This record gives sequence, C-alpha cells and structure tokens, in this order.
Amino acid sequence: MSAAGTEAPPPAADEALGGTLLAARGLAKSFGPTTALERASFDIDPGEMVAVMGASGSGKTTLLHCLGGIIAPDRGWILYEGRDLGAMSESERSGLRCGDFGFLFQSGGLVPELSCLENTALPLRLNGVGRRTADARARERLESLDVDGTAHQRPGEVSGGEYQRVSLARALVAEPAILFADEPTGALDSLNEEKVMRLLVDAARRSNTAVVLVTHEARVAAYADREVTVRDGRTRDLAPGAAG
Amino acid sequence: MSFAHTVLGLLENGPAHGYDLKRVYDQHFGQDRPLHYGQVYAALARLLKKGLIEVAGTEQGDGPERKRYAITDSGVTDLHTWLGTPEAPQQYLQSTLYTKVVLALLAGRPAADVLEVQRSAHLKSMRELTRRKTEGDLAEHLICDHALFHLEADLRWLELTAARLDELATEVNR
Ligand SMILES: Nc1ncnc2c1ncn2[C@@H]1O[C@H](COP(=O)(O)OP(=O)(O)O)[C@@H](O)[C@H]1O
Ligand SMILES: [Mg+2]
Repeated sequence: MSAAGTEAPPPAADEALGGTLLAARGLAKSFGPTTALERASFDIDPGEMVAVMGASGSGKTTLLHCLGGIIAPDRGWILYEGRDLGAMSESERSGLRCGDFGFLFQSGGLVPELSCLENTALPLRLNGVGRRTADARARERLESLDVDGTAHQRPGEVSGGEYQRVSLARALVAEPAILFADEPTGALDSLNEEKVMRLLVDAARRSNTAVVLVTHEARVAAYADREVTVRDGRTRDLAPGAAG
Repeated sequence: MSFAHTVLGLLENGPAHGYDLKRVYDQHFGQDRPLHYGQVYAALARLLKKGLIEVAGTEQGDGPERKRYAITDSGVTDLHTWLGTPEAPQQYLQSTLYTKVVLALLAGRPAADVLEVQRSAHLKSMRELTRRKTEGDLAEHLICDHALFHLEADLRWLELTAARLDELATEVNR
C-alpha cells in the first residue's frame, strides 16, 4: 500500500466540510526509525465526544498531539474550523492551545509551585485576562467540579482524584471548543475514574465542548458518542461507512 | 443465584407476609421482571420444609387466611453460610464465539472480522449501559456497573484473541 504523497491537499477554508469542527487526513509521523502514525484520519463535530482506542504504542498519543497542534505531522493535513493547522505560525498555534483547545493528561500536568487556583487560572492569564477576572473564573470552575477546597493548596498536597479534577478545571477554564484528553483517568481507581468521567461529560455537554478522549479502556470509552480505533498508526472507524 | 436465599435474606429484617416479600423484592431486584406470587409461595414452602423459616402468625381476614413468616435460627445460619460462599465463576465467554472464530479460520474466512463485529457490539452495549447508569439511581448504577465490568472482560478476551489470531490459525490448520 502506498501511503506517501497520495493525500489530497486540504480543501479551501470555504469548501464545505459539513459541520465538522476538526478534520484530519493522511496523518503520518515518525520518530527516527519508529513510525508512530502511518495513515490516520479523524473528524469531530462541535460538542461531539469521540474515544480514540488502541493498544499501548499504537499511536494514540501521537495522533492527539498532532490534532492538538502540539507536534507537526510529517504528512497529511488538519483543519480546525476550516483553517489549516500546518499553515499557521507557531504563535497562532500556541494561541489555539491556550484558547480554543483544552488539554487534560494522565497526570503531572499542573505546575507544582503554583496553587491549584493559580494553576486553574493559568490559561486565562496566558491569554491576557486580568488577574481578578481570571481568579474569579478559575474559582467558579473549581467549585463546579467540587474541588474549590483545594484553591490554596499546591498540587502536591491534594489527592489523585482531586488533582485530576483541578486539571480538568484548568483544561476547561478558557471554555475551549475542543478538549483533548489523553488517558485522563489512567492513574485513578475505579471510583475516582467514574467521578472524573461524569464531571468531564457533564461539563462538556453543558458547554457544547467537543472531546477527543484517548483511552485504552473500554469502560472509559463507553462515555463517548463513538470510537475510533488506532492500530499500528492507522485509524479505523467502527461506525459503518465512516472515513477510515 | 438461589431465589429462596433471597427470600430468606428479606425475612431477616423481620417477619413478613408473602405479598410484602414480593413488594420488597420487586422494589430492589425486580427491574427486569416482577415476581409472580407463585414463585414467592414456592420458595416459602421450600424454606418451611427445611425449617429455615416458620409461620409466626395467621391472620383471618375477609379473604384467604394470611400467614406471617419469620426466619429461624437455622435460617440465619444458612443465610450466613450462603452470603459467605463465593459464586462459581461463570463462563461468560461465549463458546459460540470461539466456535465461530475457529470455523472462520478453518474455512479461510476473515476471522478478525468476527472478532471486530463482536467488539463493536460490545462497545455499543457498554455505551448504552453507561448512559443508563448515569441517568439511574444507585441500584441501577450498581447493576449496570456489574454488567459493564463483565462486558469489559469479554472485550479484553476479544482483543487478546485478535492479537493471537495468526498463532491460532497455525494451530487450527495444522
Ligand atoms: N517522542 C518520541 N520519540 C520516539 N518514539 C516515540 C515518541 N513518541 C512516541 N514514540 C513511539 O511511537 C509509537 C506510538 O507511540 P504513542 O503515540 O505514544 O502510542 P500510544 O499513545 O498509543 O501508547 C510507539 O512505538 C512509541 O514508542
Ligand atoms: Mg499514550
């Protein structure tokens, strides 16, 4: 199968991609001799929640990093609201990562020297929002996730479940259009996993935030509207007739 | 599961009439299908015969006479033993599915598709159960969780088997 160079160029911004919020085709990415992604495609609509499943090492995280503009694919294209991520300047992409895109990782995403409130307010501060407003919005987020008690604690002083809820508060504080979550409950026990997933789903549904949920756990993927499976760097959509 | 033991367990709260038992049972366990009175009385008769319960009183009403049943000491012991005994692990893994996979391999058909279709169906059930548990009360929640964990175990088997298909094909076609 010849994947190289066969992908059509991205459609022009005004060309219809339906109501698709984020679309990617033919993504490939190698790290030295390792091919992490080979021919991956992805679509997500506003407010939709899509699980990305696959065995360890299949390329899920690499796909998420490409879609979220954290790393650039070697080949293929990604359109966000019709704009080509590959054609943006680094500062445009980093603007997206602090605003339209929210990120939630398995663990360790918070800045240890800052309080949980400061951590939560950080994306807003980086976007130039004033301290008072940023803190007030951060506090609201922490309250809605039932972790306002941690506001003045350092991340190292809170429990694993609280840590992930603070991370979720931070990921959502700038009201992103898409939340990228990479194994968000991978380090939690079943009870906390469920708590975080329910809060995540509730919050995303309320604000019509799309969610790209990377997980190798079916129980977690079951919260999503549908799933895409990655196998050896290639995506495969389980829904019949969908692009794969 | 022993239905008689469930009735015995309900009686540990205090003596009750047959219709009380049906009502309480339906309330806790009757989600899928409510009990028939006949099932309750059959269980009570069996427990009476074994001496695990006794008749605690008979009321003469307008209708038929109504007996109140109470758990006996040996009933309490029996219940204790039942609660403390693990259930035999059930064979959830559909031997049918295994048969299908092997048959596909023997016929040179795409066995991976058999597994993939099943995986897709399992994930769909898991999504439905997750939705049900998010909307339901705690009892519903626990029931759905149990089903979810079992489906998840099946899924792991499906994934592992998919990863071992080549190996299995070699063995089957030897
Ligand atoms: N930064 C990197 N440097 C070298 N190899 C990498 C890097 N990131 C990922 N890989 C490799 O790419 C493959 C896919 O990794 P990844 O996307 O992290 O998979 P997953 O998230 O599904 O476990 C793996 O073989 C991994 O070792
Ligand atoms: Mg990963």
